[in-house]
Amino acid sequence: MTIFDVMGPVMVGPSSSHTAGAVRIGLTARRLLASEPVKADILLHGSFAATGAGHGTDRAIVAGLLGMAPDDPDIPRSLQLAKERGMAVHIHTGELRNAHPNTALVTVTNAMDRTVELSASSLGGGRIRINAIDGMEASFSGEYPTLIIRNQDRPGMLSEITRVLYEQRTNIATLQLYRDRKGGLAVTVIECDDPLTPALRQELAGLDGVVRYTYLNMTEGA
Amino acid sequence: MAFGSVGALLRAAEEKPLWEAVLDEDCRDRGADKKDSMERMTALWEAMVRSVDEYDPQQRSASGLSGGQAAKMAAAEKTLCGPYMGRVMATALSVAERNACMGRIVAAPTAGASGVMPAVLIPLRARENMDDEAMVRCLYVAAGFGQVIATRASVSGAEHGCQAEIGSASGMAAAALVHALGGTPGQMADACAMALQNVMGLVCDPVGGLVEEPCVKRNVMGAVNAMAAADMALAGIASAIPCDDVIDAMAAVGRAMPAALRETGEGGLAATRTGRKIAQRAGGKPGV
Repeated sequence: MTIFDVMGPVMVGPSSSHTAGAVRIGLTARRLLASEPVKADILLHGSFAATGAGHGTDRAIVAGLLGMAPDDPDIPRSLQLAKERGMAVHIHTGELRNAHPNTALVTVTNAMDRTVELSASSLGGGRIRINAIDGMEASFSGEYPTLIIRNQDRPGMLSEITRVLYEQRTNIATLQLYRDRKGGLAVTVIECDDPLTPALRQELAGLDGVVRYTYLNMTEGA
Repeated sequence: MAFGSVGALLRAAEEKPLWEAVLDEDCRDRGADKKDSMERMTALWEAMVRSVDEYDPQQRSASGLSGGQAAKMAAAEKTLCGPYMGRVMATALSVAERNACMGRIVAAPTAGASGVMPAVLIPLRARENMDDEAMVRCLYVAAGFGQVIATRASVSGAEHGCQAEIGSASGMAAAALVHALGGTPGQMADACAMALQNVMGLVCDPVGGLVEEPCVKRNVMGAVNAMAAADMALAGIASAIPCDDVIDAMAAVGRAMPAALRETGEGGLAATRTGRKIAQRAGGKPGV
């Protein structure tokens, strides 16, 4: 908690959780897709579903998908802008099991038909938590450059991943491990202090036992 | 790791001005230099000024509940509170309405309470002929107290009710006003404590779950309460209960609050017959 969590951010109203946080959820989905979405399916759950329309939650998420920041004055016009840019948007409400009251499930598709599914919750003050990516459960803020790796659950896997990070002298801020069963598939979520180079990411992807990986960096690019 | 108590903040303010103690702590906290911190805070101040300057009396919120109220307040000729307080009230309304209408504001500490800080600071700058640097120092004072409130209690209505949103903004504003008028750090703590005491237990009961009714008007109360608390502190009136204890009491009250009174739109004004009707019309949460 810094003083700028209490003073600020500059944002488009009316609600830091239902508007500013919602923009960040949309923006996170866009970054994960790493390209312009042409199709978006947005499911609003809980308080997002109940009061989202009045808070502009729908427009806020779409604004994020278009690459806007929480203080962009165009947020209220985002549905119109999405139409102009050829993004097909479908917004609906539903129930997600065991989800935080302010949760959205966002599925985005790009022109190459690549799809990313993001489940994220808005915690207040514009802060968000990413709950799952493509069904892989996790729990992180997106405030740090983050690696989400799906790998085999076997001895030494983590040491190989961290060795690659150490080669670039990357400091690990936090680390989480999940697995479906012993010897099955695991999900490793690593928040780093610095952005990772493309070369390093390639090396990680090439490790024996890494099935798939996703890299999220909200601090750079569009 | 920031200030965990107003007591620690006051001790740090024995060696240097309180605003500077907050600035130095921020630099340590984030590994930033003073220039970076000052630039960020100055940008927030400038955004606050713009949020007032760009008020459009024609704007209306999507629900139709908010808009045009600041213009009415500013146009009122005979008021009990007088012209200066009238400007404060109109400023609070203008930012809170702008927020409801999806305009750009500065969350301080939240979007729902964004009208309080500009309402007490912007008319004051004009009256006292203060420069922007002085106003930025006020924001550091407010942020220092706000950080303690956020750490020991909460600034979220969903967690601790409106006392945590408008209440916190009011306490932060009261401390900033004492600084602006040359008071001591002890008086800042007293002002913050008294402002918080006055709204202890205030529930968060937005009609339809929307940040509009009564939120927009409670920004006015937050600003007026901050000015009264600051004036009391500057007159030498102390809070019998120390500021840290008041904040802890506020947290305890917040924890005891039922969910219906914590931003769910299910209790208080939201649960009245009219509140429910408005919610249905506005497309917000119908309430229960």
